[in-house]
Amino acid sequence: MGLLTPDPGLIFWTAITFGILVFLLKKFAWKPILHALKTREETIEFSLAAAAKAKAEIEDLNVEKEKILAEAKSERDSLIKEARELKQNIVDDAKNKAQEEADKILESARQLLEREKSEAIRDMKKQVAELSVDIAGKLLEQELESTDKQKAIIERYLQEVNFN
Amino acid sequence: MRHTKQVLILIAIFFSSLVTYASDKHSEEIEEEFDAMEMINHHIADAHEWHVISYAKQSGEEVHIAIPLPIIIFHDGKLRVFMSSAFHHGEELVHKGDDYYKLYHEKIYITDADGAIHYDENHDVLNEKPWDFSITKNVASMFMSAVIILLLFILAARRYGPEPKAPKGLQSFLEPLILFVREDIGIAQIGKEKYERYMPYLLTVFFFIWINNLIGLVPFFPGGSNLTGNISVTMLLALITFLVTNFSGTKSYWQHIFWMPGVPAPIRILLSAIEFIGILTKPFALMIRLMANITAGHIIILSLFSLIFVMKSLAIAPVSILMSLMMFMLELLVAALQAYIFTLLSALFIGMAVHEEEH
Repeated sequence: MGLLTPDPGLIFWTAITFGILVFLLKKFAWKPILHALKTREETIEFSLAAAAKAKAEIEDLNVEKEKILAEAKSERDSLIKEARELKQNIVDDAKNKAQEEADKILESARQLLEREKSEAIRDMKKQVAELSVDIAGKLLEQELESTDKQKAIIERYLQEVNFN
Repeated sequence: MRHTKQVLILIAIFFSSLVTYASDKHSEEIEEEFDAMEMINHHIADAHEWHVISYAKQSGEEVHIAIPLPIIIFHDGKLRVFMSSAFHHGEELVHKGDDYYKLYHEKIYITDADGAIHYDENHDVLNEKPWDFSITKNVASMFMSAVIILLLFILAARRYGPEPKAPKGLQSFLEPLILFVREDIGIAQIGKEKYERYMPYLLTVFFFIWINNLIGLVPFFPGGSNLTGNISVTMLLALITFLVTNFSGTKSYWQHIFWMPGVPAPIRILLSAIEFIGILTKPFALMIRLMANITAGHIIILSLFSLIFVMKSLAIAPVSILMSLMMFMLELLVAALQAYIFTLLSALFIGMAVHEEEH
């Protein structure tokens, strides 16, 4: 059977060709290709892991952001409230102070007035006294004429004097 | 595709630089009886010249155009090298030194000066044969396939830089195939820890068989050689698988062959005999399977074409062509399938050998 008889020549050449083929392909094709494929796979795996990690981090950041935002909001609210209270306090204080001041001024004005008044009264008293003395002097002059008249005059003068 | 063009041009230059020669042969009668068996046997067998085309001139002269191939024979400690054109298609003896060489049914025999061939009662040739290391059609075809494979994969490999990049062009066609061999054959059969050592062999054998199967399916020059359907080639490939398998055998592998653990002693002896035969039958099956599948495909297609000439009717041609077209489609599948099966089984055997049993 020719078909089933191995031919040493062909075996020889196949061995050489196949051997060289394995050697050359291993060196120049399979090694670089398989190495590159492995590197690529590792890179893809690494990148995917990194992406997942980054995503998780972003999620964390989002949560953090929300938290910070909520905190900021509440802080703002409390600040506004505080400010409002502060304002109210200041206004109230100012009002009170103004009232006090006004009261004080009024008080001092009143005292001044009182002082002035009493001084005026004192002055007036002095003048009244002088006047009285004058009148008295005149009266005395008149008295010397008529006592009734003098009395009437004194009465009239005193009527005229207004103490206000 | 600049590289593909370069490859094609290179191949064209390689073959056009070989000397083609035409030889005239007087055909006695054009109405020669067509012998399908002989034609098929001629096509699936190896040859010492690379037949390109034959045609008949108006005068009835038959012209064969074939590429002569180098004959390298070794006999009595002497190496003889000459071109196969010296045989004139087996019509002439070649006289070198003291010996006469005759090409008879594509085999070289040593004859006397008359070129007589002696037969025994079984019609087998008795003449002495020299060691024939000629570059035959199959060898030349194999060289061509080696050049194609080298160009394909080295060009593809050059695209892989140190930085990972997306595949492009030729690379994106070959990469899935390489990955397929790695994932579904290497890793699946041998395992993730040990597969890497065997990848160069598995990848080479896969593409060597596949591309040579495809070259064998090309019906015209420079295809058509039945290389992977030749038992010498499949024998060598199976032998390599055999050697790789048994040289990678772990202690547990040999223990399971010669002293199966967990069974009684008499059965162990019986099993070791069976397992030992198994070591040999595995590569033997590899050898026969590939050779028979590819040769069968060639025989079927050639038989379908022979129908036209056997029946001597043009009416049968459409049927013949349609059926052989179907066969060609099937053979395209078989070409890949047989490469896959050979590689898969090789990986499976290696996987069994390197497997560490935990007891």
